[in-house]
Amino acid sequence: MAQNPNRPLSPHLGIYQKGAHMMASITHRITGFVIATVGMLTLLWWIASIAGGAESYASFQTWTIDAGKEATGWQTASNWFFRFVAVGVLWSFFQHFFSGIRHLLMDLGAGYELKTNRTWAIATYIASITATGLVLLYVANRMMGA
Amino acid sequence: MGNGTEIGRVRGLGSAKHGSKHWIDQRLTALGNLLLTAWLVISLLMLPNFQHETVAAWMAQPSVAVPLILMLVSIFWHVKLGLQVFIEDYFHDEGNKLAMLTLLNFYVIGAAAFGIFMVAKHAFAGVPA
Repeated sequence: MAQNPNRPLSPHLGIYQKGAHMMASITHRITGFVIATVGMLTLLWWIASIAGGAESYASFQTWTIDAGKEATGWQTASNWFFRFVAVGVLWSFFQHFFSGIRHLLMDLGAGYELKTNRTWAIATYIASITATGLVLLYVANRMMGA
Repeated sequence: MGNGTEIGRVRGLGSAKHGSKHWIDQRLTALGNLLLTAWLVISLLMLPNFQHETVAAWMAQPSVAVPLILMLVSIFWHVKLGLQVFIEDYFHDEGNKLAMLTLLNFYVIGAAAFGIFMVAKHAFAGVPA
């Protein structure tokens, strides 16, 4: 079908004023994609390595956490990669988690007043950063204690 | 090319009354994910350490294996619904869209089956000697 290139188009992202609520929506998509792919594949690897026995679990730890003193270049690179993955996936999980609660509440019809909506959007970020920080501190504390 | 028949013009283009089921399933699985992932995080943080012996004994318990399997079902179902919308929004070419949706379905069903099998095998058969 021939289309008139000057036809009126419905308003799109570009015309809206940017704000916390817009940010929360975009982040919900991006974090969802991250946990659905990298996050879930790593979780499945961990589960499979537990089921595979002590040796396969050790191999999982070597590649993801700490390859020790005899680490090859690939293993050291992999360890650093998974450190970023751990922080990224952890924050993505919490952000998607809290943002998801916000979406469920909005599905009930609540929180559409401009100020409330903005406050809840900002709250999802505060909650996710706090939760990520707490888990990281807890894990770090344990690792140093061990 | 003509405009085709009435049915030919609308086929594959939009609502076939499955839209609301997609929407409701996304919310139901979201609720399931909320409960089950919260359980997983708390359950993991309560472990004394993350050595193989500890996590292997943890995952072999029915009270862990069952929610873990339910979590995998709920999550991958949610992933299917969520990434489907993602693909529908960003892949405008019908051929590419179909290819990506096929890939997505292979991914979620394959990954879920693999995870469920691993948890079940571990709970039924224990750790290999």
